Amino acid sequence: MKILVCLSNVPDTTTKIKLNGDQSALDMTGVQWVINPWDELALTRALDLKEKSEGKIDTITVITVGESLTEPTIRKALAVGADDAVRINLNPTDDYEVASNIAAWVKNNPYNIILTGIESSDYNGSAVGGMLAEFLKIPSVSSVSFLDMEGDKPLMKREIPGGTETIRVPMPFVAIVQKGIALDPRIPAMRGIMMARKKELTVVEPAGEGSKSTYIGFAMPKAKAKVKMIDAENAGQLITLLHEEAKVI
Amino acid sequence: MNFQFTEEQLMIQQAARDYAQRELIKDVLERDEKALYPTEHVKNLAELGFLGMLVSEKWDGGGMDTVSYVLAMEEISKVDASASVIMSVNNSLVCYGLEKFGNDAQREKYLRPLARGKKIGAFLLSEPEAGSDATKQRTTAVDMGDYYLLNGTKNWITNGNTASTYLVIAHTHPEKGHRGINVFIVERHSEGITVGPHENKMGMRSSDTHSVMFNDVKVPKENRIGEDGFGFKFAMKTLEGGRIGIASQALGIASGALELATKYAKERKAFGTEIINHQAIAFKLADMAVKVENARNLCLKAAWLKDQGQAYGTASAMAKMYAADIAMEVTTEAVQIHGGYGYVKEYHVERLMREAKLTQIYEGTSEVQKIIISRSLME
Repeated sequence: MKILVCLSNVPDTTTKIKLNGDQSALDMTGVQWVINPWDELALTRALDLKEKSEGKIDTITVITVGESLTEPTIRKALAVGADDAVRINLNPTDDYEVASNIAAWVKNNPYNIILTGIESSDYNGSAVGGMLAEFLKIPSVSSVSFLDMEGDKPLMKREIPGGTETIRVPMPFVAIVQKGIALDPRIPAMRGIMMARKKELTVVEPAGEGSKSTYIGFAMPKAKAKVKMIDAENAGQLITLLHEEAKVI
Repeated sequence: MNFQFTEEQLMIQQAARDYAQRELIKDVLERDEKALYPTEHVKNLAELGFLGMLVSEKWDGGGMDTVSYVLAMEEISKVDASASVIMSVNNSLVCYGLEKFGNDAQREKYLRPLARGKKIGAFLLSEPEAGSDATKQRTTAVDMGDYYLLNGTKNWITNGNTASTYLVIAHTHPEKGHRGINVFIVERHSEGITVGPHENKMGMRSSDTHSVMFNDVKVPKENRIGEDGFGFKFAMKTLEGGRIGIASQALGIASGALELATKYAKERKAFGTEIINHQAIAFKLADMAVKVENARNLCLKAAWLKDQGQAYGTASAMAKMYAADIAMEVTTEAVQIHGGYGYVKEYHVERLMREAKLTQIYEGTSEVQKIIISRSLME
């Protein structure tokens, strides 16, 4: 059995976002790149499943659509235990382009389970997983917070308002995973870091479709209003301020 | 000249940062308060490969360079210098000494488990009356034909009780001065060894410091490292590299304090603005940042020289002296910036200040480093 985990290369979640001069793009100078946190959890779960599968899961491959600057994050995925990696050499501009290019690879290189994070922490499009399943004409399950194997049958759970759904779908399928799928992401060990150097990272040229959208401009959110702290023993002052200063009551 | 770290070095730095900020931070205050040994963390650090990261892959180590080691030591020490001294002693004194100067049989038996972190090592040089003047060893190892008979007391031994493997420096031929000193691999549970009580230290309270007494301990002949009389040279050579570990630890304590003080200064308000906007505080932080950067550069330079196979003894002495001295200054200022909060335990900086003090004392005091540096000027 083979698992594919789709990785997005995103700015570190503590990055202070800046825009370029005409506000048409993000200014990426000095940005630290990391694996998209949801994708990292997907990878963590895939590794857990492989380790307890007693050899039934043969390989975990990671795939990224991105140019060479994404390689350090791909190497990190290899260092924590992914077996091999594919990089589609393209700087994508929308979800459609990402999904279409991953699909083009998967059509010729089939996997039993494909995992994507529910969204990426940069553009938060939440679309690649669903689109990928459509391109491949296979089932997809979104908001998966639990994935396990019962023998060779995968079992998933997803949170719904007021409860939990338990779902089974035939393989191959796409699971779009969210928080809860795994606990903390793994920290690479020295041995893993050494081995990552020797693992295969295949670079292929794009074979899918181009993007369907153009970003016209970005705008920064308004600066947060100043916060006024009131001592706990002086709570009555809150009412006065809400009434006289904020004028909301 | 190239100041760019490699992809692997950055990955190691990030791995150390993740472990420190995610795991070590959780119980560091409690371990400091109660002087508890970080048993679980040592196990985890071993699994991640940090305890033998400098040992070659051939002997089950991580095969990493010294620059990576500096980066990892800095990140771990920002949060917990007690954990990082365990890592430093195991890596740069015990494993290094065995790999560099031991024979294959000794490496096979003792280095392999130490490199994997399955066992922990300790380096036994200091004595009640032989600290900076390491030639005045009173511990004796008498040649009995098939074995050596070890007698004496060692002081201030990091990992003293938890270590399984000791490297013990002792006099075999006192009449020959420092040329009569030997170094032996001694198993912790050999008959005749008594470990003294846990030292109640000012800082690094969760590292395991003890005195160790040897009373007619039999050490097999094959456990002597190197030729007869090699012990003093062994100790000095090994400490050259050890200094890079402690220098990086001091650097980490200082840079951890700088990070905390900067964060606090951006949040704390006085006289209507965040205190970082007051020049009195901003200039303190500027001075601290320059000192930390200087210390980092000295540590990395010494590490780079070692990785290039060049002489690094003076460079590592400079790094150790400077980083330890500025760690004391920077942590003191970090407490000052925090005001009253800096003087209580929850804010970490008072602990960093207590930890910094030890870096000026152990593995060669700042004064001993000055002897080494000044002697290099006399050559």
